[in-house]
Amino acid sequence: MIGLQHYLVVSAMLFVLSIAGIMLNRRNLILMLMCIELMLLAVNFNFVAFSRHLGDDTGQVFVFFILTVAAAEAAIGLAILVTLFRNRRTIDVREMNEMKG
Amino acid sequence: MGMLLHTVLFYTFATILIGAALGVVFSRNPVHAIMFLVLAFFQSAMLWMLAEAEFLAIVLVLVYVGAVMVLFLFVVMMLDINVEAVRKGLDRYAPLGIAVALLMAFELVQLIWLRGSAEFGSGGFVPYPEDYNNTKALGSVLYTEHVYAFEIAAVILLLAIVAAITLTMRKRPGLKVQNIAQQVAVRAKDRLRIVKMDAEKKP
Repeated sequence: MIGLQHYLVVSAMLFVLSIAGIMLNRRNLILMLMCIELMLLAVNFNFVAFSRHLGDDTGQVFVFFILTVAAAEAAIGLAILVTLFRNRRTIDVREMNEMKG
Repeated sequence: MGMLLHTVLFYTFATILIGAALGVVFSRNPVHAIMFLVLAFFQSAMLWMLAEAEFLAIVLVLVYVGAVMVLFLFVVMMLDINVEAVRKGLDRYAPLGIAVALLMAFELVQLIWLRGSAEFGSGGFVPYPEDYNNTKALGSVLYTEHVYAFEIAAVILLLAIVAAITLTMRKRPGLKVQNIAQQVAVRAKDRLRIVKMDAEKKP
């Protein structure tokens, strides 16, 4: 019987994979942004699963707001990325060390 | 729907989802990574549909696959990133990252699986009644109890529009643009010069 645990395990695997992706893809800012999107998706999975488990629709409303904020974050993140690429001609995160003390 | 079919579908979608996430993390080409991410979002929508969260499943496909992923694809294709230079070997923190991820996965899955069956019960989700309408139920909560949060979400979206435009807009030199205020404020004496001269005589 597919229940809460199954969804939680899928969500946990997704979250861990996206954390690994952020640590692995430190050369590419776009891939880091995509991993953040995956991470938010894992969080949404938890909300949906618990909403269904507890029979309370408020969890799904929360997912709605998370989707909104994630869309705004993606738009601003990509705008920053475009500006950065225009100025530096690279999106390598390790080369962005001007503020190093 | 039969229980067996439900289970088979869940494991199929979950497997494709995890595979797509692996593709996002390990693919060399950013365009491939975005395609895998589209696949991952689509599989998540299928899984939510399976859990009877229909409205969010549709929203995920429409908003994420339709808008956000296209934005990503657009940016990746516009920027013309040097793929070979970007993905030359793994980062020096990669072994640490993989170790941390494996440890976290092990602990999380173990906790969920061991404590889950005791705390949450091993049954599935309680199915909704026949006349339940997911969209209607969400709307009746969203526009009454959470209406302030809804308005704040609208303001956040407006903020995102303003921020994205402000960040990416630039003044290019030599661009011919109209200055409407200047055009409206101009007077005849600025543009028109009356020259006084004697009348021409017929030769």
